[in-house]
Amino acid sequence: MMGLTKKDFTLLIIVACLAIFAPFILNPFPEGSAMAQFNAGYPDLMQRLVIFGIFAIGFNILFGLTGYLSFGHAAFLGVGSYAAIWMMKLLTMNVIPAIIVSVAVAGLFSLLVGWISLRRSGIYFSILTLAFAQMSYALAYSVLTPITGGETGLQPKYTDPRILDGALEPGQTPRANLFGLDMKQSFELEVADWVFTFNAGYYVAAAVMLIAFYLSIRIFRSPFGLMLRAVKSNQQRLNYTGLNSKPYTLAAFVISGMYAGLAGGLLVAMDTQVGAERMFWTASGEVVLMTILGGAGTLIGPILGAGFIKYFENIVSKINESILHQWFAFMPDGIEDFLVAIVYPFIGKGWHLTLGIIFMLVVIFLPGGLVEGGQRVARLFKRKKPADDKPDGKTTPAE
Amino acid sequence: MSNSKLTRRGLIKTSALGGAGLALPTIFTAGRASAFTNEPTGDTVTLGFNVPQSGPYADEGADQLRAYQLAVEHLNGEGDGGMMNTFTSKALQGNGIMGKKVEFVSGDTQTKSDAARASAKSMIEKDGAVMITGGSSSGVAVAVQALCQEAGVIFMAGLTHANDTTGKDKRANGFRHFFNSYMSGAALAPVLVNNYGADRKAYHLTADYNWGYTTEEAVRSSTEALGWETVNTVLTPLTQTDFSSYIAPVLQSGADVLVLNHYGGNMVNSLTNAVQFGLRDKMVNGKQFEIVVPLYSELMARGAGANVKGIFGSQNWDWKLENQLGERYVGTNAFVQSFGTKYGFPPSQAAHTGYVQALLYADAVERAGSFNPCAVGEALKDFEFDGMGNGPTLYRGDDHQCFKDVVVVKGKENPENEFDLVEIVEVTPTEQVTYAPDHPQFAGGSLGTCNAGA
Repeated sequence: MMGLTKKDFTLLIIVACLAIFAPFILNPFPEGSAMAQFNAGYPDLMQRLVIFGIFAIGFNILFGLTGYLSFGHAAFLGVGSYAAIWMMKLLTMNVIPAIIVSVAVAGLFSLLVGWISLRRSGIYFSILTLAFAQMSYALAYSVLTPITGGETGLQPKYTDPRILDGALEPGQTPRANLFGLDMKQSFELEVADWVFTFNAGYYVAAAVMLIAFYLSIRIFRSPFGLMLRAVKSNQQRLNYTGLNSKPYTLAAFVISGMYAGLAGGLLVAMDTQVGAERMFWTASGEVVLMTILGGAGTLIGPILGAGFIKYFENIVSKINESILHQWFAFMPDGIEDFLVAIVYPFIGKGWHLTLGIIFMLVVIFLPGGLVEGGQRVARLFKRKKPADDKPDGKTTPAE
Repeated sequence: MSNSKLTRRGLIKTSALGGAGLALPTIFTAGRASAFTNEPTGDTVTLGFNVPQSGPYADEGADQLRAYQLAVEHLNGEGDGGMMNTFTSKALQGNGIMGKKVEFVSGDTQTKSDAARASAKSMIEKDGAVMITGGSSSGVAVAVQALCQEAGVIFMAGLTHANDTTGKDKRANGFRHFFNSYMSGAALAPVLVNNYGADRKAYHLTADYNWGYTTEEAVRSSTEALGWETVNTVLTPLTQTDFSSYIAPVLQSGADVLVLNHYGGNMVNSLTNAVQFGLRDKMVNGKQFEIVVPLYSELMARGAGANVKGIFGSQNWDWKLENQLGERYVGTNAFVQSFGTKYGFPPSQAAHTGYVQALLYADAVERAGSFNPCAVGEALKDFEFDGMGNGPTLYRGDDHQCFKDVVVVKGKENPENEFDLVEIVEVTPTEQVTYAPDHPQFAGGSLGTCNAGA
């Protein structure tokens, strides 16, 4: 269906269901319970999950298929964001032009960067992209302050021209919308103690993510995708067959740059401000982590990885000492303090530590990322059936 | 939750343009019927403390968080009450805010505006915070202030010194207690002229970002007004750790004062370099060469160690104020006492401004009789108070900036302990650091109207 095999179509449907029912899935605990701390079903985080999902899907087209490790993809995210905010300042608060322009501008910029960086491969390519990203960051943070707002960033203001929209009343805050539908608009469904929030912006972002995901499946399964895989497995041999692989890698680079630009544009559509930190090299590193954590080269891996990291950043980092004391309050005083002292370094400001440990564990024991973990679990359950007819449940080597 | 402020004309225009009638706002009407965002309905009220816990300002953030926790204790009637005893407004009873127990959530801004906004949003959307406070850089403060304006909650700025926060980026829902670059310049200039003479040539090294620009502009214009000449201004990259190449040309320029518009690690490094180059032992134009650091903090003084001796700078507040300058700065000792008892060392100015902001917010709610951000804003507007350690203070209604005395300090020659690194030289009275709301350094913004959200 839709040009997909049955297996891929099922995957697409699963992702669609996850995206549509995210407000329920991410809010499993009732309000007011101690576990409500772990709920993630609020608009901002849900938006971030799908947007960084798009970012990681795009990155995976480059890294997962060709094996070219770009350390500068945050630059395209940032360029897309700045393009989108300028559209909102000059043209209209409608998110459609902003998103289209962000993809186009990021595409052009990645064409330039890719054209230069792809002259080298391996570590030199990574360093080149990293250098480009850091240059972009430095430009945005200081040199280009009149265009980028420098440290304080850019936000739409009521004084901006916005030629397609009517003039706003003084002091009114311009709001991003889709033909009048405010991105911040939410509908709250209260069922007993649970509160589920359905946010307009989230569903717009989720719809875009599904399209992006569908496109990435098509790319993975296309002859073009096959060519990219050939680049990964042995570029030299590919060149010896008389085939010039550079247009393919450049195309992959530009496509992934456009995905990053799309994510940047969506970030602005959901939350109308841009800061230069978005392009900092750690942001580029983050998307690498997302892809590897989820499973590079797999379809759904990057989305899982993005969700995992954003969840940690937003939920675990907010658990503080006094919440821990509440959790362990039922223990005797001495033990309570002891437990808090042990757990505290791993939560709150120590969330990086926990994430680092998990990342290490995944890379060491599940080199294929979270997807491999899922596959192993699935195999565990599947194996039981055939195991029944074999006496010891193991295959005996034929010696 | 949210509410769409569509004008009819805008709606028609945008829909016509898109050619599709996708406007479905009626389906998405707010589910909860409340008068404003996160109206506290139970017997508790949640405040959001959004401070850097990682990144370059993590130490400042940690100290701010300590102060916020202390403020929560005092508001709930625990501890010794701190500055609530000296505060001139007596609306706070020590029974929470309007009888509701104060609870708080904390988050990590990572000193990045994206992360800060994400953290503040989760406080507002998930935890139901009715006020957000904190931040340790102007970029973060401006970003979060705009967010609070959109969401309809009050933002009480923490550590943010750039003019823009209450200048071109000011917002009706945002308030700043901390002083700014202009005030630093206005306070420093007379002291510098008194000490170094009116006939001086200054050379500026400025961190290449927004705060650096505003600080340089402020110091330059105030010193030039008193007769100084600016020889050169040079921008230095923020990531620079070795400033030797920038210091060498200073000596050839004929300047006899070096102004370091740097903060944090930048300032520690550039000052160390300058001292190592022997600038302070040089005689230029027949005068002793001097170095000036517009914004001082305890942490920077500690970082720069002995190099800071004898160097002038400005501060928002210092823990020795009341002991050295008497009754006018009442509240200082009360705060230092309760902070010191709890944590074992004196509070920094970052801690002080956070604590005061939390108390001022709570007090404004009590006086307004409502948590509604518009009512709270109204109560803070042109509010005059005393007893918070800074002397008589005004929360000016025009730009939501606090006006109070500015402390001019000097690195101490013989510090007695690690907390006593700067000595107070002079306190510049409020009148000297007050400016008109439309001053050129602050022009271009608009407060707008308060937003109560839903």
